[in-house]
Amino acid sequence: MKADVDPKATMTGDVEPGQVMLSVENVSLSFGGVKAIRGVSFDIRKGEIRAIIGPNGAGKTSMLNVINGFYHPQEGVITFKGRRRSAMRPYIAASQGIARTFQNVALFKGMSTLDNIMTGRTLKMKRGLLSHALHFGPAKSEEIRHREAVEHIIDFLEIAHIRKAPVGKLPYGLQKRVELGRALAMEPELLLLDEPMAGMNLEEKQDMSRFILTVKDTFNTTIVIIEHDMGVVMDLSDRVVVLDYGQKIADGTPAEVQSNQAVIDAYLGVAH
Amino acid sequence: MSATNALAADTHDTVPKLLLRNASLYGSRPAMRHKDFGIWQTWTWSRVRDEVRSFAVGLRKLGLERGEAVAIIGDNRPRLYAAFAAVQSVGGIAVPSYQDSVAEEMAYVLDHAEVKFAIVQNQEQVDKLISVADRLPHLRMVIYEEERGLVSYDHTRLQSFETVQKLGREEMRKNAGATGWWQDEIAKGKGSDVSVMLYTSGTTGRPKGVILTHDNIVISARNGNKFDHFTADDTLLAYLPMAWVGDHLFSYGQTFASGMSLACPESPETIIEDRREIAPTYFFAPPRVFENLLTQIMVRMEDAGRLKKGMFDYFLKVARRSGELILDGAPVGGKERFLYWLGDKLVYGPLKNRMGFSNIRVAYTAGEAIGPELFRFYRSLGINLKQLYGQTEATVYITLQPDGEVFADTVGKPGPDIEIKIADSGEVLYRSPGVFTGYYKNDDATRETKTSDGWVHTGDAGFFDARGHLKIIDRAKDVGRLSNGALFAPKYLENRIKFYPEIREAVAFGQGRDYVTMFINIDLTSVGNWAERNNIAYASYQELAAHPKVYEIVASRIGEMNEALAGEPQMAESQVARFLILHKELDADDGEMTRTQKVRRSAIQDRYGKLIAALYDGSTECHIATEVTFEDGRKGMVEGNLAIADVKRFQPRASAEPVREAAE
Repeated sequence: MKADVDPKATMTGDVEPGQVMLSVENVSLSFGGVKAIRGVSFDIRKGEIRAIIGPNGAGKTSMLNVINGFYHPQEGVITFKGRRRSAMRPYIAASQGIARTFQNVALFKGMSTLDNIMTGRTLKMKRGLLSHALHFGPAKSEEIRHREAVEHIIDFLEIAHIRKAPVGKLPYGLQKRVELGRALAMEPELLLLDEPMAGMNLEEKQDMSRFILTVKDTFNTTIVIIEHDMGVVMDLSDRVVVLDYGQKIADGTPAEVQSNQAVIDAYLGVAH
Repeated sequence: MSATNALAADTHDTVPKLLLRNASLYGSRPAMRHKDFGIWQTWTWSRVRDEVRSFAVGLRKLGLERGEAVAIIGDNRPRLYAAFAAVQSVGGIAVPSYQDSVAEEMAYVLDHAEVKFAIVQNQEQVDKLISVADRLPHLRMVIYEEERGLVSYDHTRLQSFETVQKLGREEMRKNAGATGWWQDEIAKGKGSDVSVMLYTSGTTGRPKGVILTHDNIVISARNGNKFDHFTADDTLLAYLPMAWVGDHLFSYGQTFASGMSLACPESPETIIEDRREIAPTYFFAPPRVFENLLTQIMVRMEDAGRLKKGMFDYFLKVARRSGELILDGAPVGGKERFLYWLGDKLVYGPLKNRMGFSNIRVAYTAGEAIGPELFRFYRSLGINLKQLYGQTEATVYITLQPDGEVFADTVGKPGPDIEIKIADSGEVLYRSPGVFTGYYKNDDATRETKTSDGWVHTGDAGFFDARGHLKIIDRAKDVGRLSNGALFAPKYLENRIKFYPEIREAVAFGQGRDYVTMFINIDLTSVGNWAERNNIAYASYQELAAHPKVYEIVASRIGEMNEALAGEPQMAESQVARFLILHKELDADDGEMTRTQKVRRSAIQDRYGKLIAALYDGSTECHIATEVTFEDGRKGMVEGNLAIADVKRFQPRASAEPVREAAE
């Protein structure tokens, strides 16, 4: 297959569109006796929308946590942009250009939309805490620059009307959008979305789908999405990996996955 | 100021010519503002000229010819207003279309108008046009303002606004004559040229394209500005659809004619906040906007502390007593003036600031009847809220309320240069410089509406009261006569009685009869609330509606209306003599109302013929059994004896007496 390139070819760090950006090889993760992920391998290519699906408890969110460095797998190799990754912290993943949103919205509820998205710029801030606290000179101009970037995101996600509203008071669908905004503020190369449409009505889902597609088109962001709404998954994603009981049971285009017997069994329930 | 002299001697007869004048007269003054990326971005008049010019030259490069139609679709944005001027500057005709209409409706308008280009706001509109592209054979190119989501689209017949402007700028750089060519094109324009076609969303049949000329727009705008003394120092917030004649005249015609600045909100959801920041001096809104604002304030005041609430209530009372008199310049005592001044500092000022009305000099409402209480609330705070009456076919203005002559129950006096006459049928006809040329490709409809000597049928019935103010009473086709020949306007009576909170719906009868009678639906929330406070137990709407005390309340409300009607010569005969309260609420599921909550008169007449007969045969009670449809689709019967009550009627009063009555 064309995508199976030699990782050495991309050692420089920049990945060409269509080539492997991140690969997961034989990864296993367990919590005590519970095996959450068992020997899973798959890859994510630059510029694609990659869906991870599976029944509840299949290990999807654990997989995202492995990718962004929150969990450390006991076995297996993760290669990001051609570089094999050792145990690391999430903020290092963040500084390498991996951003994510959470299944249960994880925003600062008492802060405004604007401030929440502004926190997404933290890693891009060059000046220290003290000079920002004094809001003086270079720190001031830096803040203006970041505010401008944030305003572009607010405009992009059509959330100008809630710019100053505390996010805790917002409807769930809007909170999800703010969270996406915060992730986008990092200008990520790889965006991990954990159930971005959960609890949304049809119209909100359509809006969110539109934003995701536009993010991909406009910024060439690579996107990994966990989602339960099969219609959304089939429409949005380029390739789908299916997990069940911590194992990979299928991997391919939406059409291939849809007709895969193992997938159908997993969703309809077959005795194990 | 020299500017005002220049305005007085104004001979610019097209909007693009006004643009050139403004750019030289007010070059560095703000023309358009738009909140973008959280900051108000300003275009001066000379910037507007530059933007318009590069876009116009670009359009020309793309092949736009004089006389060709161009659709403009989107929220109120400086670039879209500039697009109007650009299209018109090279002799094109602008055809704004409602941005929230579905693709089907849009396709009809764009096809009917044979538009060659469409200038749209964003992906949403582009998608709509792509979905109906096969039905738009004339459409050559779509130009969008916001790029988001459109990067990966096929751009063979799609361009961004900026690309077109770049094309124009390149042309002007390469070809020294291009700028002069553009100015020549503007000079070629005449007042009698068609400037815009506005499609009216008629309630029946397909929308009709109202053709308006530059004369219509420029003269109407100038008259409107003169009437309310608008100058380049005024500010207006544009938020109503650009395809609506009101926005086109106020936000485009009047701003270009006076040089006043136009502010465009950040998004439709941020209008209230944006209005607060801009604090416009000129504002227009339909009654429901004012109603929503008031409701929001009242809800918030319910949560306020006791001190604040007490202060609010006290000063609102002061305002109700003296506010309108002070606004109209009537004599008011010193103590009242002081209290009103104090109230302004403590309550009215902050309240107006919240609503974005701190600098309001003139606010208008129109479109439907506004509740007198609501109207007076705003006026008593010192907001110069007025009513006007207009139509697309008239380039808005037919009548307006002059300062100091504002009454809740009229729509004002004929505007400058406008003649009005009332036909024998009661229909209002007008003739004015704003009168449209015709409906595009629909001569039959034009002939039905506009007479050969320029009078236009409004389709509304009305009359002039003793003060010379026009009152609109109903659609002309719904107006009938009592047996003695007096005018009978059911909707006028129904709307009036519905202003009382206890009454939810009313149906008036009287066509060809000796007197007027009414069916009433009480408002269950309002009357139920009253019942609770007065320890009146009831199990159903039917039971509450039949309660003698409720009949008393309704009878006294109708009595109040009768007393007021007695002071209106044309309406004195329409006092309601008898009424009954229906045993069920009129419902669309039973075919008694339309889905948009309008009474279906003929259906009600068929269904309740027995009740109507009883209203006219003098009986005091009538038995009725009615089939009703429940929400789940099951059917059942409601029956009972309905009481019929008489109401006091009043002697018609001399018309001159209650001149201030409506505004007190």
